Amino acid sequence: MLRLALRMLLRDWRAGELRVLALALVLAVGGVSSVAFFADRVRQALTREAHQVLGADMLMTADHAWAPEFRDEIASRGLRGAESVNFVSMARAGEETLLSAVKAVTPGYPLRGKLRIAPDLNTPDAETDTIPPQGTVWLDERMMAALKVRPGGAIELGKARFRVGAVLTLEPDRGVSFMNFAPRLMMQVDDLPATGLVQPGSRISYQLLAAGEREGIRQFEQWARAHLSRGERIDSLDNARPEVRAGLDRAQSFLGLTAMLAVVLSAVAIALGTRRYTQRHLDGYAVMRCLGAAQSQLFALFAWEFLVLAFAASLVGCVLGFVVQNLVAWWLAALIPGTLPPPGPIPVLQGAATGFVLLLGFALPPLLQLKDVPALRVIRRDVGPPRQGALAVYAVGLAAVFGLLLWQAGELKLASYVFGGFAAAFGIFAAIGYGALQAIGRLGRTGSVSWRYGLANLLRRPRANAVQIVAIAVGLTAILLLTLIRGDLLDAWRGRLPPDAPDRFLVNIQPEQRQPLAEFLERNGVKRPQTFPMVRARLVAINAKPVGAEDYAEERAKRQIEREFNLTYLSALPPENKITEGAWFGPEDLERGAVSVEYWIAERFGIRRGDALEFLSAGRSFSAPVTSVRKLDWDSMRPNFFFITTPALLEGFPASYIASFHAPAGDALLTLRLSQAFPNLTVIDVSVILRQLQSVMDQLIGAVQLVFLFALGAGVLVLYAALLATQDERTHEAAVMRALGASRAQVLAAQRAEFAVLGAIAGLLGSFGATAIGWTLATRVFQLDFIWNGWIWLAGPALGLACVVLNAWAGARAALSRPPMAALREGI
Amino acid sequence: MQDISLKVMPGEAVAIVGASGSGKSTLLGLLAGLDTPSAGQVHLDGADLFGLDEDGRAALRARLLGFVFQSFQLLPALNALENVMLPLELAGEAGAADRAAKMLERVGLAERLRHYPKTLSGGEQQRVALARAFVTQPKLLLADEPTGNLDAATGAGVIDLMFELNAERGTTLLLVTHDDAIAGRCRRKIRLAAGRIDGEG
Repeated sequence: MLRLALRMLLRDWRAGELRVLALALVLAVGGVSSVAFFADRVRQALTREAHQVLGADMLMTADHAWAPEFRDEIASRGLRGAESVNFVSMARAGEETLLSAVKAVTPGYPLRGKLRIAPDLNTPDAETDTIPPQGTVWLDERMMAALKVRPGGAIELGKARFRVGAVLTLEPDRGVSFMNFAPRLMMQVDDLPATGLVQPGSRISYQLLAAGEREGIRQFEQWARAHLSRGERIDSLDNARPEVRAGLDRAQSFLGLTAMLAVVLSAVAIALGTRRYTQRHLDGYAVMRCLGAAQSQLFALFAWEFLVLAFAASLVGCVLGFVVQNLVAWWLAALIPGTLPPPGPIPVLQGAATGFVLLLGFALPPLLQLKDVPALRVIRRDVGPPRQGALAVYAVGLAAVFGLLLWQAGELKLASYVFGGFAAAFGIFAAIGYGALQAIGRLGRTGSVSWRYGLANLLRRPRANAVQIVAIAVGLTAILLLTLIRGDLLDAWRGRLPPDAPDRFLVNIQPEQRQPLAEFLERNGVKRPQTFPMVRARLVAINAKPVGAEDYAEERAKRQIEREFNLTYLSALPPENKITEGAWFGPEDLERGAVSVEYWIAERFGIRRGDALEFLSAGRSFSAPVTSVRKLDWDSMRPNFFFITTPALLEGFPASYIASFHAPAGDALLTLRLSQAFPNLTVIDVSVILRQLQSVMDQLIGAVQLVFLFALGAGVLVLYAALLATQDERTHEAAVMRALGASRAQVLAAQRAEFAVLGAIAGLLGSFGATAIGWTLATRVFQLDFIWNGWIWLAGPALGLACVVLNAWAGARAALSRPPMAALREGI
Repeated sequence: MQDISLKVMPGEAVAIVGASGSGKSTLLGLLAGLDTPSAGQVHLDGADLFGLDEDGRAALRARLLGFVFQSFQLLPALNALENVMLPLELAGEAGAADRAAKMLERVGLAERLRHYPKTLSGGEQQRVALARAFVTQPKLLLADEPTGNLDAATGAGVIDLMFELNAERGTTLLLVTHDDAIAGRCRRKIRLAAGRIDGEG
């Protein structure tokens, strides 16, 4: 049977019967695998990028010096290692003193990313591979300004005196934790003993950095986890940098979505290709039935033929995908920072599996129909296979697509949304398309002969044409989604960090300073500073049951429960906060006292809505019920609070205030004047961190856009496959018309009329679909504000009509270039 | 095809006969300009067919030729009336609907004007095709095995109708067939074998 199937495959191939289907399959697998290849490489690069934010592939932090065995283990595994010692200390230069964040590093630091330094203030900076030489420190701009020193000058730190070597302009691993907001002083570890600052009991954090091959890092991490003792932890991306992680997650969602679009579009192309194939094989199978072939034989024959085809096409497709993604990577080398890591083997499996699942899911059901072709067709050509509901035929295929979506997304929610979106679009498109065809068909009995013939053709097969409208509409939906809507989504994403996002935080504002500070800020052109009261309190009991470090297994939870939280009191829900459970304070809550808890903190400490929390602040305790759980937006760069209480509850407690504002552009010395006017304030400058975050985001967005190009290509393929699906009939009918004396122009005009209507309907539907999906993605998946785009309603029909041009160019030309006799002889 | 030299006078009825694969249909296609030869000329009503471009040949067909095919070749999107109207409309002639309806009446399908091809029997479809061929008053009718897809009785009816119409309108007829009885009704018979003329009678 296999040999017969192979012979059939070769015959079909020679006869050109399989070319369309094979091409669709190759392009489908090629599209999917190139997306997968590229996404895999970009994902690896993104991870590397994120590691750069850690300054290493793996970062370990301890409150004491690391035991030598860790260092030795890194070296013995062939990994690169480095260390840093971090603490806060006073630095002096002449009359000036300043609290500075000291970082003493070993050669090789940072292992990922580069330091940037400038020879003097306001001079261009450059990357450097070195660390401060012995006896030298590098200071950041703020520290230089505040201490009034320039490179070449000297500062004192502890008992030692250092020469100022350069301006430190960028540290890749500058974190967002509070300790890092003091201005930076960087030196080398060997100079540390001379300062005398490292004493027992000093608050110092020791960091151990490691970098190297993925597998080596993984193994070392395993080893290290087994050897960690109290006060030592591994900082992964997951726990260290929520804001970076949020960005990465969103980028991966975008990439996954793109790959999913390619999958759905490929499925449509293959369904169309199979439709053409089965139509062309109706006769052959009727004849084989006449010759005595059993249905099971015919089915086995077909199944084998298609399995072999799937294998061959998947192979070619994967190779194509690999070549294409390489070309794109090469083409866009200038846009991609650094080099992309080589892809892993997974995309090959992904591509091949996609090919098999798609072909079997979408091709086998129609082929099963084919085996039921009545032998009568040999005599009467217009007897087709028994009709079945399209849903029944494609149920297997739809299940297959959903499986692939799930696999690509790795997340049920996202996969369900995309699948549901497409399923709904298919249903609605088909219904509207069918209705529109009927309506237009009734109107279309007047006009020129070409126009009437074109419309008559549309009405002749309303179902088949509705399918074609759906296919084109889906293709257009994808294209519109990928161009206009994608742009809107990315704008909305970028818009989450508006250019006037707060970039300065003022901590430790005393109640009596609020008024003078507000006046100072107004004088200096600061717009709309936001101020929150802050009360420090420890969480001592949940539902009257005392809680402490011993109640929690997680290291972070232990640390947090023993320290004071910063609480604030508000009567209105701050922006960027979303209530996930319960409701924000109502009038009753405001009277009685209530508390709102951040989602992850509630998870970590097992706090539920309705629990009574007891806090201790300045020797006094208070308690209140939890009335809501909130989610914070880590991207927002606003002061975020784990606990918010009603004002009445905390107003009697000693509070300080925290303010955030956006510093007016061009006022570099605002921070300095501020700390001179209010010496007790801690001024935190996040503009540097914001800039870094912005550039990471820009790169993520760039990567997402690259991958979108592939899905765009798949969309165009669907359009072409849809046109090709009815090509045979068109060619034949064009030949009949030619035999009856129709000119080329008349034949073309008839086809144009048909496609103009098809294209316009499909285009409008595409606009509708893309808007609906975009809205769903924006509001339900990515939690962005959806931007309504008016252009889409012009672009959809315009693209739909462009299909007419595509058809006139690709299809009608083919129909007209052959002598009519050849087409007439072939029959349908 | 080789060494085909052939002249058909106005009003003549010529049968082209021969075994399957002898080149009958190919010859017909060439005569109608539906196919292009690698070498050679066809003159139709004084015009050099292959001196014209495709559109020129199409215009010539619209003006001079009528066609009847073995597999009917009605356009499935159009009903019987619209199928017959089509060549008139393509030529831009007025009164297409009336003329087509009259023609269908003439072939006995007055009751079937709004029927689509798939709801018509084989014989009815071929009669629609005859109506479509004659409605333009062609000078030359080309028929390619017009009864090939029909049973004997139906076929005979269609052939009778075709010769009647031919006689009524004085059309020149070129008929491809392998049925000697049908060929016998033509004055002139050209026998083809392996792409050459194998005799005339």
